[in-house]
Amino acid sequence: MTRTIRIKKGADIRLKGRPSPLVDRAPFATFFAVQPPNYLGIVPKLEVKEGVHVKAGSPLFHSKENTEVKFLSPVSGVVSQVLRGEKRRILAVVVESDGKNESQAFAPIDPEAEDRQTLVSAIAERGFFALIEQRPFATIANPSDVPRSIHVSGFDSAPLAADMEVVLAGREAAFQTGIHTLRKLANGSNVQLGLRAGQSFYNAIDGIDRYVFDGPHPTGNVGVQIHHTCPINKGEVAWTMHAEDVANLGETLTSGAYCAKRTIALGGSECEEPRHIQTLLGSAISSLVGSVNDEDVRIISGNPLTGDRTSNNGFLGGLHHQVCLLPEGNKPKFLLTDGWLGMGFDKFSLSKSYPTWLLPKSKEFIMDTCNNGEERAFVVTGQYEPVFPFDIFPVQLLKSILANDIDAMEKLGIYEVAPEDFALCEYACTSKIAVQSIIRSGLDMMKKELG
Amino acid sequence: MKAVHNLLDTIRPHFAEGGKLSKLWVVYDSLETFAFTPGHATKNGTHIRDGVDLKRTMFMVILALIPALMFGTWNQGHQYLLSIGEIAPTDPMMTALWDKLFIGAVKVLPLVVVSYGVGLGIEFLFAGMRGHSINEGYLVSGMLIPLIMPVDCPLWMVALAVAFAVIIAKEVFGGTGMNILNVALTARAFLFFAYPKQLSGEIWIHQVKASAEAGLLADGYTGATALGYLASTVGKGLDEPAVTGVMSMFGAQGMFSFSNSLLGLIPGSIGETSALAILLGAALLIWTGIGSWKIMSSFLAGGLVMGFLFNLLGLNAYMTLPAIHQVVMGGFMFGMVFMATDPVSAAQTERGKWIYGFFGGFLSIMIRVFNPAYPEGVMMAILFMNVMAPLIDHYVIEANIGKREKRALAAQSAPA
Repeated sequence: MTRTIRIKKGADIRLKGRPSPLVDRAPFATFFAVQPPNYLGIVPKLEVKEGVHVKAGSPLFHSKENTEVKFLSPVSGVVSQVLRGEKRRILAVVVESDGKNESQAFAPIDPEAEDRQTLVSAIAERGFFALIEQRPFATIANPSDVPRSIHVSGFDSAPLAADMEVVLAGREAAFQTGIHTLRKLANGSNVQLGLRAGQSFYNAIDGIDRYVFDGPHPTGNVGVQIHHTCPINKGEVAWTMHAEDVANLGETLTSGAYCAKRTIALGGSECEEPRHIQTLLGSAISSLVGSVNDEDVRIISGNPLTGDRTSNNGFLGGLHHQVCLLPEGNKPKFLLTDGWLGMGFDKFSLSKSYPTWLLPKSKEFIMDTCNNGEERAFVVTGQYEPVFPFDIFPVQLLKSILANDIDAMEKLGIYEVAPEDFALCEYACTSKIAVQSIIRSGLDMMKKELG
Repeated sequence: MKAVHNLLDTIRPHFAEGGKLSKLWVVYDSLETFAFTPGHATKNGTHIRDGVDLKRTMFMVILALIPALMFGTWNQGHQYLLSIGEIAPTDPMMTALWDKLFIGAVKVLPLVVVSYGVGLGIEFLFAGMRGHSINEGYLVSGMLIPLIMPVDCPLWMVALAVAFAVIIAKEVFGGTGMNILNVALTARAFLFFAYPKQLSGEIWIHQVKASAEAGLLADGYTGATALGYLASTVGKGLDEPAVTGVMSMFGAQGMFSFSNSLLGLIPGSIGETSALAILLGAALLIWTGIGSWKIMSSFLAGGLVMGFLFNLLGLNAYMTLPAIHQVVMGGFMFGMVFMATDPVSAAQTERGKWIYGFFGGFLSIMIRVFNPAYPEGVMMAILFMNVMAPLIDHYVIEANIGKREKRALAAQSAPA
């Protein structure tokens, strides 16, 4: 029996430019990149040099700590560039596609027939440990852990997010194989799928515990789902994986060819034709959005609440399934017209001091990337709680992180959260506090402390 | 508006580092950001941000204070004309409207100007010293302070109280958002303890002393507030003539009848008298979510419960006053709506807000009745609860922590 969990806290930000269910195939990009900074908790060690020929599925780099965690090239071609930042930190390994799309030949595997250890090495070899994340700390999973449970969110509730039914359409068999694999990884039990009422794709999938979630964003966040089904205690490890990557994992194991499909949602008010686009992991942004003036338009890889800012020359992030185009908010706003004293009929606000609540629920809003104010100390209380569906005190947790109080962080529940769970708090914050980056620094501090 | 902004852009270099006026950067920056929300775009994290900021939030509180301010201004004129017998209590409220407003404005405006002038001056000084930008917190405190002052409070005292409150209650703790005590109440408490003689008796109605000396005072006007009268009944028998005389003023026809107290047609601090005007502000605060309805409603409940308990006891005349009458008198309503709800000094957890509010209201009435030396119990009660708020929050949070630890223990002992 599926249990329905109703979550009231949260908010759906009604942005203009939601993607239509239409799926387009992107014009095949010439350049692809795998970007180490996308994968938290790893230090990359290169396996290739510039100019080397690689196949789809050839490792580009691996994690220094866990050498079996490999990061593969999504296409065949030539490593054209290794982009480095400060202190020679590797930002991206760029591959120029040769258009042949030759894949490394892996042995096809039936996950049901293998034991767990073989499966773990097979998954690592096929680059899928790069796509499994873990709680606590919200980093890339460690293959030597045995997770207490594995969680897959069957829908994405973020603004302008992809419709998972569209993303996964026709991939039932691959998804099923992926689920069987995850079940093996979790020692035969406790793989959970969170879904929305009315989704039909998952009907025939077995080997999984289903939970129906009802409520606004962030119910689609896997962290919220874990919290409401079996919250993480100290010492426990849970793994999470994006539903599309579950299907990719299944397909790769069955076929033996590396599958790094990305069906992304392209949306936002600056997007001419919001829709879904089929492409591959790490494809060049320009192949998805065409040419955009990135001075006036913010290109976001990921969703508008948690994504990374990128540019015309950028690439789709490794764990991102969405690209948004929003107007840049870098112009000053006069107080009476569109500033802090304006009527604000065109502003979407969770605060009743703006008239959003008076406007019809169907109205969608154009929002720019303006901070809409300056950073201040914590003043207003009680504004995070209504958008934070955890039994955790968000402000107190943030303050314990700002105070570097490891003990308090642990007591207040830092093991259960990821920065993305705080995204709406950051959105709603009157004092414009960078909530997500504070949480990130807290998680990093905690991880370092525990070693 | 582009022209204005261009002008600001052209004078900016003078204020920037190395410019001739770089010491005044804070002033320039605060004025610019007041007029134009800066075009600071988000970096990483959330790329979109809610339109609300601290400026708008604080402005909403100011809006909520306007009814109390307007009514208070009018009422000071009204009380003055009543005290010298120029008008009768039975005259309609609109009689001599402009006279009343004028007299009120002459008294109230200087208080507002002094409060903002001194307070903001100190804020600019500290922000400049620390290299911070100006926080908006004082915009509200600066309006609250005149509203809780007696009308004839000397301006130098107000200035001193503001300076004390801003420096000692706020800046030494690190500025807006860091203070433990409510700033405006600290100003009031400072005056109460530093100048007890000047702050009692004859300053609640404009020029009441001078009027008395000139023999102009109408019958029954002494310039005392409702709470002042009531405090005088404590320690006396229920049927002493002095006591029955006072209590008759709280009867249906008396000067401090329930309807007069509710409307605010009584002497008192400028903004506190009209429960009705204050509740208008409360409606805005609750609706916008800026003032906590939990604190307000539990505060009211606390006051009513204490009032009812006193009614049951009925040991002195003060205790026999109906609970509902208690809460519309004195600073109770004003404290409940504008002081207790100050998010920085109140309890910050949602459950803590219920507890904090309830005891705030409960203690307000208790202090008021038990200790006639402190007729304004609300101020004491809220300041006391400000100090207690972190403790309340601590226990609320401990409960949450305990729940989490219990869960972890249960998971450990359960078979894997």
